[in-house]
Amino acid sequence: MPVSDFQPVIGLEVHAQLITQSKIFCGCSTAFGAEPNRNTCPVCLGMPGVLPVLNQRVVEFAVRTGLALECTVKKTSVWSRKNYFYPDLPKGYQITQYDLPICEHGRLVIDTPQGEKVIRVLRIHMEEDAGKNVHDAGGGQSLVDLNRAGVPLLEIVSEPDLRDADEAVEYLKAMRDVLVYLGVNDGNLEEGSFRCDANVSVMPKGSSTYGQRCELKNLNSFRFLKQAVEYEISRQVDVIESGGKVIQETRLWDVNQGVTRSMRSKEEAHDYRYFPEPDLPPLHVSDAAIDAAAKALPELPRAKLQRFTSQYGLPAYDARILTAERPLADYFEACAAHYADAKKLSNWFLGELMRLLKEEGTPLSALRFTPAQLAELLGAVDKGTVSANAGKDVLGEMFRTGKAPSDIIAEKGLAQVSDTGAIEAVVDDILAKNAGEVEKYRAGKTQVFGFFVGQVMRAMKGKGNPTLVNELLKKKLGG
Amino acid sequence: MQLTDLTMLELAAKLAGRTVSSEEATRACLERIRQVDPKVRAFLRVDEEGALAAARASDARRKAGSPASALDGVPLGLKDIFLTEGVETTAGSRILEGFVPPYDATVVRLLKEAGLPLVGKLNMDEFAMGSSNESSAYFPSHNPYDLSRTPGGSSGGSAAAVAAREVFGALGTDTGGSIRQPAAFTNTVGLKPTYGRVSRYGVIAYASSLDQPGPMARTVADTAALLQLIARHDAQDATSAAVEAPDYSADLEGGVRGLKLGVPREYFTEGMDPEVEASIRETLREYERLGATLVDVSLPHTKYALATYYLLAPAEASSNLARYDGIRYGQRAKDARGLKELYALTRERGFGPEVKRRIMLGTYALSAGYYDAYYLRAQKVRTLIREDFTKAFQQVDAVLSPTSPVPAFKLGEKVDDPLSMYLMDVFTLPCNLAGLPGLSVPCGFTKAGLPVGLQVLGRPFDEARLLRIARAFEREHDFFLRPAPLQG
Repeated sequence: MPVSDFQPVIGLEVHAQLITQSKIFCGCSTAFGAEPNRNTCPVCLGMPGVLPVLNQRVVEFAVRTGLALECTVKKTSVWSRKNYFYPDLPKGYQITQYDLPICEHGRLVIDTPQGEKVIRVLRIHMEEDAGKNVHDAGGGQSLVDLNRAGVPLLEIVSEPDLRDADEAVEYLKAMRDVLVYLGVNDGNLEEGSFRCDANVSVMPKGSSTYGQRCELKNLNSFRFLKQAVEYEISRQVDVIESGGKVIQETRLWDVNQGVTRSMRSKEEAHDYRYFPEPDLPPLHVSDAAIDAAAKALPELPRAKLQRFTSQYGLPAYDARILTAERPLADYFEACAAHYADAKKLSNWFLGELMRLLKEEGTPLSALRFTPAQLAELLGAVDKGTVSANAGKDVLGEMFRTGKAPSDIIAEKGLAQVSDTGAIEAVVDDILAKNAGEVEKYRAGKTQVFGFFVGQVMRAMKGKGNPTLVNELLKKKLGG
Repeated sequence: MQLTDLTMLELAAKLAGRTVSSEEATRACLERIRQVDPKVRAFLRVDEEGALAAARASDARRKAGSPASALDGVPLGLKDIFLTEGVETTAGSRILEGFVPPYDATVVRLLKEAGLPLVGKLNMDEFAMGSSNESSAYFPSHNPYDLSRTPGGSSGGSAAAVAAREVFGALGTDTGGSIRQPAAFTNTVGLKPTYGRVSRYGVIAYASSLDQPGPMARTVADTAALLQLIARHDAQDATSAAVEAPDYSADLEGGVRGLKLGVPREYFTEGMDPEVEASIRETLREYERLGATLVDVSLPHTKYALATYYLLAPAEASSNLARYDGIRYGQRAKDARGLKELYALTRERGFGPEVKRRIMLGTYALSAGYYDAYYLRAQKVRTLIREDFTKAFQQVDAVLSPTSPVPAFKLGEKVDDPLSMYLMDVFTLPCNLAGLPGLSVPCGFTKAGLPVGLQVLGRPFDEARLLRIARAFEREHDFFLRPAPLQG
């Protein structure tokens, strides 16, 4: 059977680092990039005698995420210990949630070529991150950096509802957008603060029994997720095609070779000896806390996108870009409150504003002008006070200096000339200087019209009102 | 009379009257340790310099008229399970040899803030696993009342040091009876507070859901005064109770008239030493004479307590002790090749046989496929044991029993028979499983001169009543005055 006769089945486990100031069980900083072992204390080093104290902010973030993903938030959940030995795991166990996690049974909607698709979320739980081993740091030694040990993570586990690598990537992107919108995760795949594992299996099309699955660990980019899943699907199909059996195992994506590689098989799998963490009482979340979190929930990316198309009448393309990041969407709406033509506004955002932000590397939060000022500029362009081209220069100046558009227009003398008399004088002058071209025009070679417009505009340093210039030229040439 | 024969409160009175200085008292302890500790072997480490510096600071406060607490200046000993900043702490294990903690346990900080000079670190069964002090990786301590016998365990060093009058009081920890049983063996008072009453932060963990630090002293009043200093909510311990501590000394002399005291029939069955039983029976009669009513109560799940404890405690221990892997502190097998061998050799050499036995038991009990049959079932039985007590306390104010079924046994007698050693804790374990407060108070001696202890168990956070009940008996029978027959 060719690959097309098989149905892949994929589930993702997303690990999202929470953007809290301090670690989950102690007061140490979670800042990235500090000197090794700088952000540590007896608690996150697992010294004898230490005890964990829960950072309540982590619970708030978990509840917020659970509600956004339409989960049931459990009023009582339980901390467990997952036991295994590794040098980056200071206590010899990881504090996590096991059989009674804080959130269960949610959903996330993604777009597929066939339309919208609901992916079920099985569970969300909180846990602490481990540290990092640095191998061959010198003299063949391995060193341990525990700055990351105790950094709070959410693990979000999907049901095996994804059917190909593209859906998996869509899901991961949609999940990232939601978490970033919620302000619980920075979505940074490079620094590993947003990463995932994928469970992949294949079954003959039409079958209702899932095939044996393999777990692909630590996929830290959308591209690697796609490549690894696609590779794994074809690998499993090959195994079955050649009469073999897929064995349950954990595999790693080898970036250089472009293959997945066995890490450990089921036989070597850890027995984590989970049991309830005796140092932490069961976690209770009050109805009031859940209600408050629900009320404070922001509009999520998908809902915002739909509203941008319906409320502002924007094309889906525009709406998608404008809603991709919450600050941009918020800023757009602030401007739209002062300016009625949403499509024109969107054009300026997608063109000029985003170009400036990108070129200057400025975050939106650092913009020096107000939404009202941007609206004022667009109004000036509409009224013909300033030409569209000059308007772009004005925006650039506003971007750099924060000055009001009217001041910039005045200072730089960018105001468009709409004085008929003044334009007429220039038109007459140009026509007089180019009698030969006028002849040609009148003889029917109307293509030269553009030449006259260019000459007039150049003479007026671009400030002539183009509509009036056109009108007058037509009138004079025709006459 | 020597200075070290004073009780804590007697010394505190002299310190307050400035007829004795803390430095004198501390030097008296250090001298007593020099005289008798070669026989008793209660101390793993004496911090002479630290103790004297604290004593001089205390004397300066007294001179300035601003003592830090009622016990400011009273020298104390600490079981080596409490982390002491800058002073080696090993929990009686080779694997932590050379470990100098960078921080103080909460209770150590509280004691320092209260001005008590901390004389040194007391011997214990390795990681608090044992009932005789013989599983200390260093040496066994000896019972001051008979040097050929054990002072009990795991807080055996603490009990021996208090009984030998090397210190005025000490802190121990009690996971399955480790304060009360050695107290009973050494004619001292030992109190295991309600789980959550005293912070576990900075106390090296054995079994987290059972461990509880507590005071050990020569009198009930001293025990109350010491508890007063450490019974405090601690934000660094999530299992610490946010319950205000009462004045434990206020009602000590209130007597037992009108109290109903339960006598659990399951605690008076076979296996008890006849002399212990006789002593306890006599004590019960004394309580009746003092005006209490004895009530026959039943704690039907008692017979499962031992099995429950020896599943839950090792399960938690197997996890708690995983951090001793040779990577970050303590001893490391330097000749290991590769990571797995580093773990294996470090732990093979660092842990003693009793610790290894419990790690294996616990690892097994938590393993996939056995969890439901062992750990989970044990948790369910634990609930039943707790409910037994809840029901009993609907009828009575406290429950009385022997602390230990036998008096102090000979060193070496049970070392090769772990099961019979585990049976030593049969009366003390249920209290830990139920999270209740329990106290042992001297209630007599055998003909051979070995102390016998009475155990008083109470409702959660009812330590004040337990102390009052113990004091009522102590006032009539001042066994605490009978010193250990040690020649200085």
